[in-house]
Amino acid sequence: MRIVVLVKPVPDPASAGERLGADGRLDRAAVPAVVNGNDEYVLEAALKLIEAAGEGEITLLTMAPTNAPETLRKALAMGAHRGVHVSDVALGGSCAVSTARVLAAALRQLEFDMVFAGIDASDGVGGIVPAAIAAHLGLPFLSYAARIEPDMFGRTVRVRRISATGYDVLEAPLPVLIAGTQALGEPRYPSLKGIMAARGKEIVTRSLADLGVDAISVGGAVATTAVLDSRMPPARAATEIVRGTPDEGAARIVEFLADRRII
Amino acid sequence: MGTIWVVAEPGLDGGLARISAEAATLVRDLAATAGRDAIGIVVAPDPAAAAADLATYLPVVWTIAEPAAADNAWSAVAAGHVAALIAEDSPDAVFVGAGADGRDLAGAVSALTGLGVLVNATGVAWTDDGPAIEMSVFGGKLLTTSGFTSGRGIVTVRPNVATAAPADAPGRVEARTTTVAKPLPAVRVVDRVNEQNAAAPIEEARIIVAGGRGVGGPDGFRIVREIAEALGGAVGATRAAVDSGWIPYSQQIGQTGKIVKPELYLALGISGAIQHKVGMRTSGTIVAVNRDADAPIADFADLFVVGDLFEVGAALVERIRTRPG
Repeated sequence: MRIVVLVKPVPDPASAGERLGADGRLDRAAVPAVVNGNDEYVLEAALKLIEAAGEGEITLLTMAPTNAPETLRKALAMGAHRGVHVSDVALGGSCAVSTARVLAAALRQLEFDMVFAGIDASDGVGGIVPAAIAAHLGLPFLSYAARIEPDMFGRTVRVRRISATGYDVLEAPLPVLIAGTQALGEPRYPSLKGIMAARGKEIVTRSLADLGVDAISVGGAVATTAVLDSRMPPARAATEIVRGTPDEGAARIVEFLADRRII
Repeated sequence: MGTIWVVAEPGLDGGLARISAEAATLVRDLAATAGRDAIGIVVAPDPAAAAADLATYLPVVWTIAEPAAADNAWSAVAAGHVAALIAEDSPDAVFVGAGADGRDLAGAVSALTGLGVLVNATGVAWTDDGPAIEMSVFGGKLLTTSGFTSGRGIVTVRPNVATAAPADAPGRVEARTTTVAKPLPAVRVVDRVNEQNAAAPIEEARIIVAGGRGVGGPDGFRIVREIAEALGGAVGATRAAVDSGWIPYSQQIGQTGKIVKPELYLALGISGAIQHKVGMRTSGTIVAVNRDADAPIADFADLFVVGDLFEVGAALVERIRTRPG
């Protein structure tokens, strides 16, 4: 079983230091990068599947600035086999349309049964790139996955897709693209052995030329969207703190909500 | 005259999703200020019910009857039709809800048409260069206004951004047909499972009562549910509570869960760590109950009650239930 896992280095959300640069784009140098949280869940799901099958290979694919290999090492340390890093100066400022095109071009050069992606990334939170990549490649797209179950012959896969009232069971023939959620299960911590092994794992760099993508067709110059303006949200009023008996606390909550016409 | 569209997502039992009614109201108001026509689109096996509902909000609704949408995932089936309509009629903007189906549709239609996508709109205005979309980014730390470099594109809209309000008079429903040159692969829906006691969806809730680590266990969520019920709200949770198996992932709010913007967010036993904060800090009113007076949530709640959530919670249920009127 060959699984490609899309991995996005994102500014560490725990740092709370994310900011836009003067050009209105995310300032990626301002904050240390980590592997996007939802990508770790799908990587964990991929690792469990190949462990259960007793065979298989996991390739990480990322499109990111030149410092991405450091971030990829952690995902390699979890147990992925190799990494493909798409990097090109012409990609700076790419919008989601360019990103999907480039990742689709990179996937055309890889062999796989399934592509996994996190349902969204903590920096952009758009959740649209996986569906766009699937459309470019003509792959069945199975999203909001809480469980991923390939059949024993490697011909089809079933996915539990989270719905408003429970879940839908989706089925499609391989190859497919699956966007997964945290419900897939807690990612493992890399073991010391895994960390050591990751140092020797291959990370291949691919430029736009390597992918056969014309540099003028992607990147900031042809971005479909632009930030026009940014500002701080209005500050919240100071917090009112209530100490007292439980009933006094409850009484104040009811009064507070009634004043605001919430109840 | 140009047009602004809203694509309706499937709701329960062939009806209209609530977020689509909100997005339709938003689009109608935007079209009025922009001097454009507002048009709704329903792609469904039997679009009549949803189209009639959507037409209460919009002057024109187009329907596409697509039998394949009955037993296949909606977005891949609908995307081909929507892309074909876009190629034919060149709308100025296409709006869709920022939920699961809306995001899947937006991504696929973007790939098919090359149109850009602005995501998670919290507000919208019209300029000479097309729509100006307000978004809340970096977990609510920053507000941005963005536009399309071509003036045209696709927008996903957050729940609770507009209040669904019917138009003065219902619009007309017109059946359309399209030719989908190259359909996306359909994904079969083998089964639709309604989970017993499935909790009310949190994204669209006006009131959310959420529990964190301080709730202490699955039994502890009983008081959270009781308060939610008394207030007519939905139950939410932190990742710690979900990871402990106390409550399903569908109710999780925060970085790898959902981002919500209810009118009231009542946080019980929630410290307010950044991973949770990013999912709820833009809520209208935030009330917290926590024993730890130094919990970070004290910095961004409107009202903070220092106390035991079970004791305060029980008193709160009593007071809400016995409240006159």
